[in-house]
Amino acid sequence: MPIKVQIPQAMRQHADGQANVDLTGANVKEVLDSLGVKFPNIVGRIFENGQVRRFVNIYLNDEDIRYLDNLQSATKDGDVLAIIPAVAGG
Amino acid sequence: MSNFVRGLKCRLCGKAYPKQPLNYCEDDFGPLEVDYDYAAIREAVNRGKIELRPFNMWRYRELLPIDGEPTVGQLVGGTPLVKAHRLAEAIGVKNLWIKNDAVNFPTLSFKDRVVSVALSKACEFGFTTVGCASTGNLANSVAANAAQAGLQTYIFVPHDLETAKIIGTTVYGAKLIAVKGTYDDVNRLCSQVADRYNWGLVNVNLRPFYAEGSKTFGYEIAEQLGWRTPQHVVSPMAGGSLIGKIHKAFHEMHKVGLLDREPKCKIYGAQATGCNPITAGLKAGSDSHRPVRKPNTIAKSLAIGDPADGYFAIKVMRETGGWGEDVNDKEIADAMLLLAQTEGIFAETAGGVTLAVTQKLLAQGRIPRDEEIVICITGNGLKTQDAIANIVEQPVIIRPNIDDFAAVLDGAREPVLV
Repeated sequence: MPIKVQIPQAMRQHADGQANVDLTGANVKEVLDSLGVKFPNIVGRIFENGQVRRFVNIYLNDEDIRYLDNLQSATKDGDVLAIIPAVAGG
Repeated sequence: MSNFVRGLKCRLCGKAYPKQPLNYCEDDFGPLEVDYDYAAIREAVNRGKIELRPFNMWRYRELLPIDGEPTVGQLVGGTPLVKAHRLAEAIGVKNLWIKNDAVNFPTLSFKDRVVSVALSKACEFGFTTVGCASTGNLANSVAANAAQAGLQTYIFVPHDLETAKIIGTTVYGAKLIAVKGTYDDVNRLCSQVADRYNWGLVNVNLRPFYAEGSKTFGYEIAEQLGWRTPQHVVSPMAGGSLIGKIHKAFHEMHKVGLLDREPKCKIYGAQATGCNPITAGLKAGSDSHRPVRKPNTIAKSLAIGDPADGYFAIKVMRETGGWGEDVNDKEIADAMLLLAQTEGIFAETAGGVTLAVTQKLLAQGRIPRDEEIVICITGNGLKTQDAIANIVEQPVIIRPNIDDFAAVLDGAREPVLV
């Protein structure tokens, strides 16, 4: 079973219109790298100089990866990786 | 009404977008904000014209992003700016004002300002279901204003909110979803809800419009001071948006000719030590906030651990020459009592945060004691009574007998718990 990556609406134009993409990888970085291989236009929108952009949040099974091991957070089959714009809230 | 909105633009890269319910840039995920034609607004407004209108937030309608007349929250705003003589004396300053949104209409917090813009805009976009992620005050406001507008409402809050804020939401018929998690969990879930359902979520996909409502808090301060800005403003920070909008409001007023002089107001941000991502980032010299995974403070309305506007809030504090601080729960509660007992204003815990931080900044010499200071009170203490229930004086219970009362006056009877 692969890892399910959720693509936010405004980015789907760069992912053949898909809301969810099934990918593989041993950690968050590897999964996102394989997303980049499949849809090259997405990479630069998520990363800047190798870092996740300031207003992009990434969640592994509903937990912010900054509270896990960031891009090195280990992934396993059946995990859900969500890419979500950072919203100020309040 | 003329329309002065050109569209939306990214706050990071400046990319332009047509007016739509969208809150982030498709290129860099940067937040979008409303882009105005200020030259046209300058032609359309002047002080005399504004002064003839009713005293509510819509008297500044040219600077707000709706196309037609407001359809929701037409009477919001127009709250008092109180010259706080007794509090000024108590904290040792010369000139102090309280901008008091604890009495904002209809739900007793500054959130009515943002919600009236967001829901008027939601109606223009044709949404019939609206909602929000909230720490309480926004929940109350969306629920009440949506009821007035006849909209379906889904509201998402952390499960451990104050009872008053829960009842103050469900009473209006809103569907309240209490999420087992922090506000940041709720906020993230709400982004996913906005992504899946075609609803108008006021602080997600309607956020660029919503956030503009906060500017009216700043417009009112400047007008109430006689069309000028104070030297110092102290504002609470949760998501970190309000302090930026107060700053923006002052500068817009100058840009469109409502203020003669360029504003030189220093802006200070206040947080609770139990949830201080923005002040921690500021004090550490960072340009961004330091996320707090598990906020722990009585100031629940400010308990946002990962405020995405932290970056902009830190920038405003630094660039205006202001600063930020945070205070503990005891300092918060003590300040709530001080405000109540000197000015007769019962502010919620966030108000205690703002006053206590003001005192701390005065003690540090960050704010001079002889200059003009405005403290922003954004919510009402009746909603957060639990926070001070154990430190306020208890009533004295007596029989309906004059000698019993005389004994109390003589100090012979101690207060007893009811």
